[in-house]
Amino acid sequence: MKKVKYSMLGLLGLSMIFIGCNDPGKSSNGALASSAAEKVYIAPGQRDSYYAFLSGGYSGNLTVYGLPSGRMFKEIPVFSQFPTSGYGYSEETKPMLNTSFGFVPWDDLHHPDISQTNGELDGRWIFVNGNNTPRIARVSLSTFETEEIIEIPNSAGNHSSSFITENTEYVVAGTRFSVPVPQRDMPINEYKGNFKGALSFISVAPDNGRLNLEFQILMPGFNYDLSRPGRAKSHGWFFFSTYNTEEANSLLEVMASQNDKDFIAAVNWMKIEEYVKNGGGTKMPANYAHNVYDEETHTGTSTMKKEVITVDPTDVPGAFYLLPTPKSPHGCDVDPSGQYIIGSGKLSADITVHSFDKMMAAIEGKKFDGEAYGIPILKFEEVMAGTVKSGGLGPLHTEFDDKGNAYTTFFISSEVVKWNVGTWEVLDRKPTYYSVGHLMIPGGNSRKPFSKYLVAMNKITKDRYLPTGPEMEHSAQIYDISGDKMELLYDFPTHGEPHYAAGCPAELLEPRSKKIYRLDENKHKYVTSSPDQARVERNGNEVHVYMSTIRSHFTPDNIEGIKVGDKVYFHITNHEQDFDVPHGFSIIGQNTSEILVMPGQTKTSVWEPKQVGVWPFYCTDFCSALHQEMQGYVRVSPANANVELSWSLGE
Amino acid sequence: MKTISTLKLILLSLLALAVFTGCKNDGKSEAATTSPAASTSEAKEQGQAFIEDDESVPNVLQIAIGSPDHTTLVAAVQAADLENALVNAGPLMVFAPTNAAFDALPAGTVDDLLKPENKDALANILKYHVTPGNYSKEFLMKFKKLGQANDQSVPIEVKDGEVYVGGARIVASINAGNGIVHVVDKVMLPPSE
Repeated sequence: MKKVKYSMLGLLGLSMIFIGCNDPGKSSNGALASSAAEKVYIAPGQRDSYYAFLSGGYSGNLTVYGLPSGRMFKEIPVFSQFPTSGYGYSEETKPMLNTSFGFVPWDDLHHPDISQTNGELDGRWIFVNGNNTPRIARVSLSTFETEEIIEIPNSAGNHSSSFITENTEYVVAGTRFSVPVPQRDMPINEYKGNFKGALSFISVAPDNGRLNLEFQILMPGFNYDLSRPGRAKSHGWFFFSTYNTEEANSLLEVMASQNDKDFIAAVNWMKIEEYVKNGGGTKMPANYAHNVYDEETHTGTSTMKKEVITVDPTDVPGAFYLLPTPKSPHGCDVDPSGQYIIGSGKLSADITVHSFDKMMAAIEGKKFDGEAYGIPILKFEEVMAGTVKSGGLGPLHTEFDDKGNAYTTFFISSEVVKWNVGTWEVLDRKPTYYSVGHLMIPGGNSRKPFSKYLVAMNKITKDRYLPTGPEMEHSAQIYDISGDKMELLYDFPTHGEPHYAAGCPAELLEPRSKKIYRLDENKHKYVTSSPDQARVERNGNEVHVYMSTIRSHFTPDNIEGIKVGDKVYFHITNHEQDFDVPHGFSIIGQNTSEILVMPGQTKTSVWEPKQVGVWPFYCTDFCSALHQEMQGYVRVSPANANVELSWSLGE
Repeated sequence: MKTISTLKLILLSLLALAVFTGCKNDGKSEAATTSPAASTSEAKEQGQAFIEDDESVPNVLQIAIGSPDHTTLVAAVQAADLENALVNAGPLMVFAPTNAAFDALPAGTVDDLLKPENKDALANILKYHVTPGNYSKEFLMKFKKLGQANDQSVPIEVKDGEVYVGGARIVASINAGNGIVHVVDKVMLPPSE
């Protein structure tokens, strides 16, 4: 009997072999395999048709890719120190990483979102969130540099972020972890009923993008997972998925899965905005950093803010409702029409879709099913528009095309499922490799999606690439979604852990991308605007070197009169006005990284010499044919020496 | 136990063979499967279930495949195309009915379920045996119910120190690389809604 069964399994194994070898055979009959290659091939010198911005997760940074080639163009430092450019090491950028906890050189960057006008991508800025020490950053899509970082007080695990309203009125940051507000010394097990979940609304100035924390809503102590703005007809609302509505404070994998349904919280932010404008809300003492990088002075500043307006949801009737949603929903996505709110119960097989119209009718008709901490719970049947019976396992996140279809990732069953918005019918499914988290369609969370490519970002790589030891970069797959069925085109490694991405057509950003900073517009405090301004100044044991660079020398390149115990600031101004010709600077024994100075820019590197001698510095960027000649010396004398301060070039 | 590991080795090498000869590294095989035909065929030879890995602790699927007492279960998992779901990062807790448990079903039941037209019903039953989680038998005593992968709940009872899940008794437990396998003495039938 047993023997029979063994051979049955053996047969199964054999059948796998047959199937495995048959398929490539089939492909040679059609043009499919070669057409996939053609679809991602960008000939040398040609450019991709889309930008993709992938979050770096624990790298703390944002990466820029091209679609469909999957080529990485740049890593933009945001929350992490980055030796490549000197971000977070240069004196100008250190303030960008200041927080109420002091200098925090890292964060966990999660969800990029491109600015919008009338619900369409406008390509001015991209916003990202720091999950660990709650922060929101604004990155310029002209310089591709981080311009602003604001810390979020009363928040912890800034995960339900950083999503923007459809005219970029606000960037919204919801807390994943509820905490005591204000923070205080209290027993952990008194969490329930006492901790709060802050939803923060940060305004974005239309002209220059400057951020201001306008108000924080102190919601019940649930976990707020992801969020999306209403758009078109639902503009003015914001939707937040919640889990742990049980308010457990330990072993959440069990304790936070007891309720069959958690909630999607619907928040009418326009109503709250009005309430706050009319003097509503409570001013509460706070302490949070607001860091701004000025493109003209090439310098970041950090200001500590001391107050925040908080709003108690029970004080604004009609602005808060809870929509019951099964199984600890993760994704909370709104379709391009603004009509449907999709909740992906991550421990479920099905996707729950709520209707905005039904929600409004249920509010009107007071179809309530009790309340939670004074917030009305709408009846599930009254708000639910439909269920997608997917056949998959573990739905996480949904984006949309412009033809009325939705695409949902399934973590456990490792696949992307395409379904119709309205009939809830499953139209197609394709495996991912492996265990997909979020997906991205350029504009797929706006009113105007670009239905050409879909990028699935996976959590697990295993055997997809040549092995590189236990740690592998995460894999991503590109699918062509222009046809009825999705077509897998290409597979590429990403950097860090991409939790989400944002993409847009190349023509939106290409013309605006800055090539150089104009030297005559440089307002840096320590600029060296022409080589004859180059000098060295001593102020006690602080020494300021005003240095300029041009291919292929530093001015000055010989400096004497520096002493052990000095703190030497090298303010390097790059006099090149030619695209893509940076110069770098580093000096032996420096307790920091090099800096890379863009044309027309000034950056500052600090050196505290500890040993007597003559020490070289050099340009770290291969700038020219005479790059190896681009160097200099600093003479360091004993602390009590009388060597006169002097500097020179070519003498 | 020895027979199990020997068998496991044989089967793993068969699987490995399938991976190697399955033209996995061909690069064309993926594009080949993008024909407009039913996409389910793709899962057959691709995905995490077919990765060669003899270093990691075996996953729940590999444990089931390696057990001579679970050949019916494995055949059912393959018939329902659920291999890849069982090798996911999970964590996954699988309640694995023995061959005897399947044999105890009314005559013809298993044969019926293995028919292609009953694939969905079979998948539903199998998913009722899977929990996203990883709990020891002792820890399970803390629960009243578990939420299963088919979206239904299964009750947990403790009688005379034994743990029963949906009426099936846990007779053995094996830790897996991506969760845990609890061997049970009955097939758990999902409650009709």
